[in-house]
Amino acid sequence: MVKMTRIDSPSALEHYRRAIKEKRAKYVKTVSVCGGTGCQAHECGAVYEALRAALDENGLAKTVELRQTGCHGFCEMGPLMVIQPSGIFYKKVSPEDIENIVEASLKGNKVVEELVYEDPVSGEDIKKESQIPFYKKQKRLLMSMNGKIDPCNIEDYLAQDGYSALVKTLFEMEPTEVIDEVENAGLRGRGGAGVPTASKWKAARKAIARDGIKYVLCNADEGDPGAYMDRSLLEGNPHAVLEGMIIGAYAIGANEGYIYVRHEYPLAVDNLLVAIDQARELNLLGDDILGSGFSFDINVSIGGGAFVCGESTALMASIEGRIGEPRVKHIHTAEKGLYQRPTNLNNVETWANVSLIINQGAAKYKRVGTKNSTGTKIFSLVGAINNTGLVEVPMGITLREIIYDIGGGVPKGKKFKAVQTGGPSGGCLPESLLDTPVDFDRLYDVGSMMGSGGMIVMDEGTCMVDIARYFVDFLCDESCGKCVPCREGLKQMLYIIEDITEGRGTLEQLDLLKELAEVMRDTSLCGLGQTAANPVLSTLEYFENEYLEHIKMKKCRAGVCKSLITFNINPKKCTGCMRCRKACPVGAIKGKKKEAHIIVQEKCEKCGICFEVCEYKAVVRK
Amino acid sequence: MVNLIIDGQSVEAEEGWTILEAAKYYGIDIPALCYYEGLTPTSACRVCVVEIIRGGRSRLSASCSYPVQEGIEVRTNSKKVKRARKVIIELLLASCPNSRTLQCLASKYGVTKIRFRSEDRGCILCGLCVRMCEEQMQAGAIGFVYRGVGREVAMPFHTKHEACRECGACLYICPVCELPCRGPMQPGELCNACLDTVQLEAFPCKD
Amino acid sequence: MKKELSPEVVAVEKHGAERSHLIRILHEVQREYNYLPEKALRNIAAMMDISLVDVYGVATFFRSFSLEPKGKHMVTCCMGTACHVRNSGGVLDEAKRHLGIEPGETTGDMLFSLETVNCLGACALGPVVVVDDKYYGEMTPARVRKVLKKVAEEEGRGQDDQD
Ligand SMILES: Cc1cc2nc3c(=O)[nH]c(=O)nc-3n(C[C@H](O)[C@H](O)[C@H](O)COP(=O)(O)O)c2cc1C
Ligand code: SF4
Ligand code: SF4
Ligand code: FES
Ligand code: FES
Repeated sequence: MVKMTRIDSPSALEHYRRAIKEKRAKYVKTVSVCGGTGCQAHECGAVYEALRAALDENGLAKTVELRQTGCHGFCEMGPLMVIQPSGIFYKKVSPEDIENIVEASLKGNKVVEELVYEDPVSGEDIKKESQIPFYKKQKRLLMSMNGKIDPCNIEDYLAQDGYSALVKTLFEMEPTEVIDEVENAGLRGRGGAGVPTASKWKAARKAIARDGIKYVLCNADEGDPGAYMDRSLLEGNPHAVLEGMIIGAYAIGANEGYIYVRHEYPLAVDNLLVAIDQARELNLLGDDILGSGFSFDINVSIGGGAFVCGESTALMASIEGRIGEPRVKHIHTAEKGLYQRPTNLNNVETWANVSLIINQGAAKYKRVGTKNSTGTKIFSLVGAINNTGLVEVPMGITLREIIYDIGGGVPKGKKFKAVQTGGPSGGCLPESLLDTPVDFDRLYDVGSMMGSGGMIVMDEGTCMVDIARYFVDFLCDESCGKCVPCREGLKQMLYIIEDITEGRGTLEQLDLLKELAEVMRDTSLCGLGQTAANPVLSTLEYFENEYLEHIKMKKCRAGVCKSLITFNINPKKCTGCMRCRKACPVGAIKGKKKEAHIIVQEKCEKCGICFEVCEYKAVVRK
Repeated sequence: MVNLIIDGQSVEAEEGWTILEAAKYYGIDIPALCYYEGLTPTSACRVCVVEIIRGGRSRLSASCSYPVQEGIEVRTNSKKVKRARKVIIELLLASCPNSRTLQCLASKYGVTKIRFRSEDRGCILCGLCVRMCEEQMQAGAIGFVYRGVGREVAMPFHTKHEACRECGACLYICPVCELPCRGPMQPGELCNACLDTVQLEAFPCKD
Repeated sequence: MKKELSPEVVAVEKHGAERSHLIRILHEVQREYNYLPEKALRNIAAMMDISLVDVYGVATFFRSFSLEPKGKHMVTCCMGTACHVRNSGGVLDEAKRHLGIEPGETTGDMLFSLETVNCLGACALGPVVVVDDKYYGEMTPARVRKVLKKVAEEEGRGQDDQD
């Protein structure tokens, strides 16, 4: 590392940046090993260590740069490796492959065929990252950096021209000009509701701080179950978030900031703390940043596993060390937020967009996206989909393009049923709405919402009534429990839906469900309760048939609702292999070896294990 | 002074008043359970919701904490308010079917049956006792524990705590610890006996 | 002899007694004890000058905290949406049946604790079960039973070795 020193002018920063780049010029190749959470689950650590040892052994350490990066997004194929400048992409790399890789691709310029990605649709081998269909239709303005930098080394970020937007802001722009630029770019909050960022900043700037203290906060609570965009940004590129926050603080006139990270993200917290320390050391954070006279520092606050703490006032209560209970916002948090002082809160991804806007200028930024939804949005594309992972797409792209062109469609020849966005506050959209563009207003119009970026694809094996039950059950536990419509309403809602999934439902209950949903929306105290009924309302709207089937015919077509299904063994197919008999955890299967087995219905708990283990497809679920 | 309209009347209110306070001053009755003069409003029960029309947009808000604003129109008894209020009372009753306060509210606001599953939990989590204990008695012996549908009012570790001086203020203020509604009704049903009585005070059968 | 300082004293001294540090302090104390003992919470309340019921309220509000001692092996089943649509419910049911406990509980022999979590950010591998920091992806009811059996067996063998 070049020695870290306090940098006290823009020219000193440029000087430092040049030194880093010169030092790196000696490397002829760079290998990035993904160290994101998905790849860590695939044990990428061992791959990294093996490669490092191999580089030393082969005397390559001086010419090949090795880097452990944050998430590249294509977690399904992990551990991932990318070799630059050729752009060779390897998937599912194991430590045993290292020797071959070193020989072929690092000493030579060849490709290890077995590790190359094969397109499941065309069957073609694809050698370069940029040509993989999963990446092709994406617009990776934010995510692409993740593959290029080691989040624990600020020099990597500087080598990619990081913090140049900060210099421009502090030395060439007035605070109001920064806000104007963000306004012209049309940036809308990525935390869910899509509030124009500039209008929030303006309000916070205008608010009068009695003791001169204002706060800028970053929401990294990411409570949406099934979404991990913010995590990967924080883990993989923490300086982009810090830079955005410093710029925002300058625009608003705040000198103190907090990043509220959920406790389930230990790696993100670690990387963030390292990044903050390094930024402080270089004088990019703290007193008199880069000699500009502007001071700003950031604290990290850790949550404790509570979805509701993503709500602005609950988040603030939690930072203050109290239970995460929202409060009424008749007076906006821009005026009275954290510790009753003017406060501005934005989502991780929103902050990460800021330096991009300053660097590119509003006009260029706006060229991506639609009129009212500019820029890109990162989604975590998961569920019944061939290519799972993080995708960053230009706003305005249709759901169909994301699911089929990037995601490669639904696997195992099953039929697409619905796509869920917006998490517990969002909705489920059917096939007929797949041509809806990803745009804050259009998604809202069809009864869902952009949300923070979870996108869960469901196939015919998912029961839509069960999905509604799932979200209501989730919220029963995740509601703070303060106000009546949310706490009692959710509870009663769950009872009603359980009646339906368990075969006791009536048609009158459907009307009651709708009435209750409306009252919860209109009278709940915070956004959680106000949107809690959305998953129920959207499934009722687009999949009413399934509700009616459950109620009238006592039938669950997806075979999910246990009370409405039975397992039986088809004697014609059963070979009497005894597999299911051994596997049944409650001993409900009877039968002799080589004779057809039967399931004793009174004992069966419908776990489906027999269905899963039978190799002859003799177990029938009805 | 702030000028606003409440239920069609133009009224003046003092800066800093809540809508509930202003309405009370002009003799307009808004039901409220978790509100108590002298305690910080938390707007948890939502029984006090009213329709507020501001800049042409209408929405329901808790009147017990909403500050009066120049030029707004408040409707305390519109169709929207009545419907929401009824469902909220119904939800509350499902959790405390024997509360006399709730039975009286039901009579007064025309709730005639509970369509939800009833389970007597003996507490509506209005938090009056918690605030009473902390703000007026300066004891801080009881508080909210757990969350979501599992939320409770309790002492730490669910055992008697030395901070409690047994002053009884919590019992005094609790809207469900009182003598239960005497009926005439079957368990789990609504009393609705006060329905015929035309002139009702806020909580008519309290004494 | 110098008495060792308790984890809660260490944590409060390290971070300071301002209320904003409460959650962080609870995390650190829990890491040391593997749960939050009543005594520690009482000490924290006294040292930080917060009423005990508030400390207890925070400790019971946030899901990451436990007031009960945890077992030797932590079994965490992801119940996030991505895992749910791939039948994490069935996986959890089997884990419950196999261990004979509900989520949040610990087996009588203190060997296993079962927990659920709403998304671990490894949705691509769903349904995910984590046993002592090791991620198991693409779980099914039958596979989770195998994993749990294996851990229990290793435990049994481990004890034999010591004998
Ligand atoms: C129940 C609830 C949960 C929320 N969770 C999150 C979250 O996990 N992350 C987030 O950024 N915003 C979340 N929000 C939205 C925030 O309250 C807030 O609007 C957002 O962080 C503002 O940032 P933005 O303007 O950049 O979108 C949540 C809101 C509600 C009501
Ligand atoms: S479905 Fe499950 S419980 Fe029923 S018989 Fe098969 S294995 Fe046993
Ligand atoms: S005990 Fe009584 S006063 Fe206290 S929260 Fe419950 S209902 Fe309200
Ligand atoms: S009195 Fe207003 S919400 Fe309870
Ligand atoms: S939903 Fe299980 S890891 Fe995300």
